[in-house]
Amino acid sequence: MTKQANFTITRRQLIKSSGALVVTCGLPNSLVAQTSNGPSSSKPPLSPDQLDSYVHIGADGKVTAFFGKMDMGQGVDTAIAQIVADELDVPFEHVEVLMSDTAYTVDQGGGSGSTGIRSGARPLRNAAAEARRILINWASESLDVPIKDLQVIDGIIQAKNNPSKNISYGELIGGRYFNVNMDWNGNYGNSLNAKGAANPKTPDQYKIVGQPIPRLDVPGKVLAQTPYVTDVKIDGMWHGRVIRPPVAGAKPTGYDQKSIDDLSDVQVIQIKDFIGVVAKDEWNAIRAASQLKVSWEKVQSPFPEMDDLYNHIRRTPHVAERAGGGFGRPEPGTLGASGSIADAETKVDKVLAGAAKVVEAEYEHPFQSHACMGPACAVVDANPDQTTVWTGSQKSHKTREGVARILDMPVDKVRGIWVPGPGSYGRNDAGDAAMDAALLSKAIGKPVRIQGMRHEGHGWDPKGPASVINVKAGLDANNQVIGYCFNAKGFSAWDIRSTEADPSDSLAGLLTGWPKKTRHNYGTPSESYKFPNKLEFWRTIPPFLETASPLRTAHFRDPQGPQVHFASESFVDELATVTGQDPVEFRLQYLTDPRDISVVKAAAKEAGWESRTSPKREQQNNGLRTGRGMAYASRGGTTVAMVAEVEVNPTSGQVWAKRFVVAHDCGLIINPDGLKRTIEGNIIQALSRALREEVKFDRNNVTSVDWQTYPIAQTTDIPEAIDIVLINRPEIDPTGAGEPSTRQVAAAIANAIFDATGARLRRVPFTPERVKEALA
Amino acid sequence: METKERISLNVNNDSYDVEVDPAMPLLYAIRNELGITGPKFGCGLAQCGACTVIMDGRAIRSCTTPVSSAQGRQVRTIEGLGTPENPHPVQQAFIEEQVPQCGYCISGWVMTSVALLERNPDVNDSEIRQSLSSLKCRCGTHMSILRAVKKAAKAMA
Repeated sequence: MTKQANFTITRRQLIKSSGALVVTCGLPNSLVAQTSNGPSSSKPPLSPDQLDSYVHIGADGKVTAFFGKMDMGQGVDTAIAQIVADELDVPFEHVEVLMSDTAYTVDQGGGSGSTGIRSGARPLRNAAAEARRILINWASESLDVPIKDLQVIDGIIQAKNNPSKNISYGELIGGRYFNVNMDWNGNYGNSLNAKGAANPKTPDQYKIVGQPIPRLDVPGKVLAQTPYVTDVKIDGMWHGRVIRPPVAGAKPTGYDQKSIDDLSDVQVIQIKDFIGVVAKDEWNAIRAASQLKVSWEKVQSPFPEMDDLYNHIRRTPHVAERAGGGFGRPEPGTLGASGSIADAETKVDKVLAGAAKVVEAEYEHPFQSHACMGPACAVVDANPDQTTVWTGSQKSHKTREGVARILDMPVDKVRGIWVPGPGSYGRNDAGDAAMDAALLSKAIGKPVRIQGMRHEGHGWDPKGPASVINVKAGLDANNQVIGYCFNAKGFSAWDIRSTEADPSDSLAGLLTGWPKKTRHNYGTPSESYKFPNKLEFWRTIPPFLETASPLRTAHFRDPQGPQVHFASESFVDELATVTGQDPVEFRLQYLTDPRDISVVKAAAKEAGWESRTSPKREQQNNGLRTGRGMAYASRGGTTVAMVAEVEVNPTSGQVWAKRFVVAHDCGLIINPDGLKRTIEGNIIQALSRALREEVKFDRNNVTSVDWQTYPIAQTTDIPEAIDIVLINRPEIDPTGAGEPSTRQVAAAIANAIFDATGARLRRVPFTPERVKEALA
Repeated sequence: METKERISLNVNNDSYDVEVDPAMPLLYAIRNELGITGPKFGCGLAQCGACTVIMDGRAIRSCTTPVSSAQGRQVRTIEGLGTPENPHPVQQAFIEEQVPQCGYCISGWVMTSVALLERNPDVNDSEIRQSLSSLKCRCGTHMSILRAVKKAAKAMA
């Protein structure tokens, strides 16, 4: 039985029926109409400086917003619809959001760094405001009523003193196009912005923004009406599987065709070091991939013993370093702002040499896997005239570029269509699947769907980088901090980039001769403690393997946030203990940013935080020990403090984070319900990473290849309550929420375990074995 | 060896004949032969639950169940539960509690909860947690899941 793909989007048909589909990016302004005296019947080229690239109004008055980012269930599309509806004065239900299809959306950077609303909403908000302004102008002429005497109610423009004198958006533009230029800032990606002559509304005018509107995507997902990328089915489509080497880095030297002779309609495809199978039938593709006898070259074992991971990081000379984090530099005049980091560290060390007391600790964080619910899937129909890629990648515009490059095609002959995939928390395996499918589809001249098996999803997805973080501080005789040094050392977060636009950032590219380009980036804490003589820097070491590696490192939700703030916020707690202070009071003594101070106070208040020092050392009657821990950090303008309350079983070593209290400030809140669930999801995923997750490997390969060898949180680990205090700041533009409440969780739990038991956990994850060991 | 047999399936009260390898997991028959895509491939190892369907009243993992063993049995997928106009109480609760994020695992949670609550809706928090502990959700929507299952249990009691 075959069935046509059932993901047809009605909006797409609507647009097709009302105008030519033209896919062109970045046309020079001179080629685009500059002014508009009325709607045009043909669609202007898709370009960031065109109003029609963001907003379309149909004959029925329904609005389509074209969003060059995507949503993976955190409600970004719903928030965009709220924003657009408010600017246009149309009912929320009249707005649909079409995301990350490169034929209909400009490259706004895809899913990236919790910028969906912070950056992504700006051009849409501006475009909606501009559309409203133009429609009112047209209505004024048509109704012969001055603009100042008009108002818009639910998409109908009417005379304020005579509502029967009215005209609807649908009547004014009705499926045609504005053909109006906007002032584009010339950027693509997250920083893309465009503005028209209209000024968007001010927060006091919002009616739909700020409302807890149910998410647009939920019913479809619960009623099984949402097609995922795994469900895309194209006529004539074959199924592919890629075969990965048993020893990482080994190249295939040959294969035995006879080993799959019993299977019909199966082909082996080898392109340089890339080897895969395609079959007409998915089950045969799976069987062929497991049956095919491939011989591999003998290579040296690429990895050290896993027990040696952290010592390997310590002893390997760094190849890159930077003070002040991956994206920023220290303030001028502060340590690390100029000169070498080694010199700056010497200066701090001199301060510490004169200290009454020096506190120093080291924190270890393992590689972690995206471990998405399903191994990545992609469908590619590679065709010299027009290639289409259906992908779950967060950045379909970049996927399109990568596919064009690996197929040696002009990028405008490739269309990338984002379809929800099995989870998306950064640069996961989705980008690799698209590139694999592109190679296989080109090789056989048929559309190819690829979905890895579980061991590939865990084993070969890009990993969050492992690191060792050393923090030290000096205290004077009055227990005041006089010097502070934070030194993160680990694998780069950009061993491969966060997109697959360059084939060398994908497994398929690396296996077919695209040279590896490791870039170096890590991170430092994002907080506002005012410590004198404060130095924060990172250093990175080379990857184990400078080719297609199962330990490639890349962005995984809140890149380096969990590693960095596990260290920095655990250490702040250690300082509080050494100085004999309450951990919240210690933080408040040094915090400077008023928003940071207010979230710390709000979380402590909501948690009923009792002022005292840690540890508590009181045992419950049932033998369990309970404790509370605080952690705080900011991220990209959002600031979050949380209190974790834990129960530790000293006999079994089990830790249950029973309750979290979170205070969250991300500026203006667009949708409080969506925001709360996003925060809950961040906390549960981060709790899982803190308590359970560690990518294991042996000398030859990654050995965390399924849910037993890479366990994650399950229902029995879930807290009783996550109490969330949302701090709404309408005067501050909305910032992000998709990641900022991730980075505090490990430290909040570690600090609570310390409070409960007096044992300090300095290595993630806090497995029962490690907790017992720490208690011994 | 590639052997194909004709196998009769009953899925969501519809009868189908498929010609497939009898050892092939039921999941591939449902998804690829019948075009019913609610059950998802997550692991192929019965470790995550994304492929869960109900067979003769019991929640099973279709990714490791040979298609031949479904012959003559009643199979239900999430498509067979409710409609947008008339969702199953478990679906209704999952919508009201705004459960899914990526949503890839949700069919499994819904089907396992349906099998659990249709057998006995009188379950407490601890029983729900235990009964669902072998399912995975990577987005971390467990708080909403637990709220939704409790709500559905009340509705079905």
